[in-house]
Amino acid sequence: MERSRRSFLKILGISTLGLGTLSSVDLLAKVGKGEPVYNQTPDALVGKRWALVVDVNKLDEEATEKAIEACHQVHNVPEYEGEEEIKWIWTDKYEHVFPGQEHAYLAGEIEEKPFLVLCNHCANPPCCRVCPTKATWQRADGIVMMDQHRCIGCRYCMAGCPYGARSFNWKDPKTTYWKEHEPPNRTYPIRGKGVVEKCNLCAERLAKGQIPACVEAVKDSKAIVFGDLEDPNSEARELLHEHFAIRRKPELGTNPNVYYIV
Amino acid sequence: MLETALKGSKRYWILVLALFGLHGIGATAFLYQLSKGLTVTGMSRDVSWGIYIAQFTFLVGVAASAVMVVLPYYLHNVKEFGKITILGEFLAVAAVNMCLMFILVDLGKPMRMLNVILHPTPNSILFWDMVVLNGYLFLNIIIGWVVLSAERKQVEPPKWVKPLIYLSIPWAVSIHTVTAFLYAGLPGRHFWLTAIMAARFLGSAFAAGPALLILLCLIVRKVSKFDPGKEAIQKVANIVLYAMIISIFFVLLEIFTAFYSQIPGHMHGFVYTFVGLHGHGNLVPWTWAFAIMAVVATLMLLCPPLRKNETTLAISCLLVFFSLWIEKGITLVITGFIPNPLETITEYVPTLPELAITVGVWATGFLILTILYKIAVSVKEEIAS
Repeated sequence: MERSRRSFLKILGISTLGLGTLSSVDLLAKVGKGEPVYNQTPDALVGKRWALVVDVNKLDEEATEKAIEACHQVHNVPEYEGEEEIKWIWTDKYEHVFPGQEHAYLAGEIEEKPFLVLCNHCANPPCCRVCPTKATWQRADGIVMMDQHRCIGCRYCMAGCPYGARSFNWKDPKTTYWKEHEPPNRTYPIRGKGVVEKCNLCAERLAKGQIPACVEAVKDSKAIVFGDLEDPNSEARELLHEHFAIRRKPELGTNPNVYYIV
Repeated sequence: MLETALKGSKRYWILVLALFGLHGIGATAFLYQLSKGLTVTGMSRDVSWGIYIAQFTFLVGVAASAVMVVLPYYLHNVKEFGKITILGEFLAVAAVNMCLMFILVDLGKPMRMLNVILHPTPNSILFWDMVVLNGYLFLNIIIGWVVLSAERKQVEPPKWVKPLIYLSIPWAVSIHTVTAFLYAGLPGRHFWLTAIMAARFLGSAFAAGPALLILLCLIVRKVSKFDPGKEAIQKVANIVLYAMIISIFFVLLEIFTAFYSQIPGHMHGFVYTFVGLHGHGNLVPWTWAFAIMAVVATLMLLCPPLRKNETTLAISCLLVFFSLWIEKGITLVITGFIPNPLETITEYVPTLPELAITVGVWATGFLILTILYKIAVSVKEEIAS
């Protein structure tokens, strides 16, 4: 009985993978309580509380750029300049990333260093609390997801996020940026105007058994480590056990899942 | 009763056409915004709500203030207010309509608006705001219409409307409390994260709304044979005065906590609005205009001869209305986004299409108000003759 169920699930998984590659829209399937999640392949990475551990000392400027570039390529993030910028993963100075933690005698190296910032995939996310349509919600594995097909563009989540991790499509990327540029990834949808977007911790890659793009881009140096914090043997847990790590604005009770070893 | 809105003087039709014209300009600008996206506004990644949401916030207060004439009349039997409760209720209807329109024009995907109902989310304050605003709209339409119809027929209003009237009193408080909760529960937005936000909102609402009501009463008396009554106007003026003092007191409470505690996050917003922060100070002139107008209006209202003279009272009410419009309809919402969560500053200036849409919504609201007031006043004149 157990075996036949397993093989059935396998076939189901393989067949959905086959269907899934037909078009990017098919990547979203309705399961469970009607919440869309990516179809999980048999190789899918599964966890209970996904987290990123950023080792600031290992992450030089070149590696940082590689991580950002990888993310933007995989998710077709348009490169707008200025106030309408779409940011999934970007850098800022220590005093901006950890406001209140800076002081006048900060080590020059820390003061100048670009810190990598992205959605913290908070365990207690204010954005999900405020969203009036469940267009942004938290998966069981902790990933804070965004459904651009349900979002009404009220931007309440942007007011709610204390990390500035969310971007709004003020103009239509289809008729502006992607008219002049070729979207680098044909298997990932480009967004329309009037919806919010942000880092999805590469949920679509995890479903295929791949680690997040930013982590993969710098995997030689292990400057960013991806892992399940509920798994005591995960690399992320080991790193946190061995090193002192900080998180952004922990006093707000959002319980961020991006850690920084400084 | 609707037919009374179709017969009017030349002045009435000129006003209707003028407001309709402004509505048209706003609607055209809105179509432009629909096609281009919200990029046509001055909003940005950092200041992600602008003048639309600020107007919405201010107008919820105007809507809620109807309770300031309804409550004394129905609960304390203040007879003078009997003649003007209908004006308060119809003002609430027009104001809630403006609120809903301002939310609509602010949405990135307005065609998906019904998702709020299709996917109800009780943990979202915005969901509850939708519930209470729509409820309040229907309560006031029903109560206003039924009571006015009964008045026209010179009979007592039906009994079933009484519970609705009593319900509308706490409901008015709820719309502004829920609207304050939109802001007061967000971690990391220090300027808004204050427990007295709802109280502050109600305080300023009960000053700005009744001040507008006094101005409307004075206009109604001038252009029609219906006199809302000197006594009623004076009583509302007292309410405006008390609410204004409470509002100023609340703002001072915020300033004390921020600056005595010296916590940077709590001070930044006030520093930005009053003197500018790191060389950015777009809102400084507005904030001082608010502060000066608010103090002058309060002093004028405190002085009995100036309060009793209806010309100076009208000036005081204009000052109250515009000072609180600046406070809640501009500075409060925008300053919440400055500095941004990464402690940098992006300033906000509304664009021309954005202002056209804003004026268009106000005009549409005043068009609704004009028509409703025309009906109310016609009925009152009919009874008097």
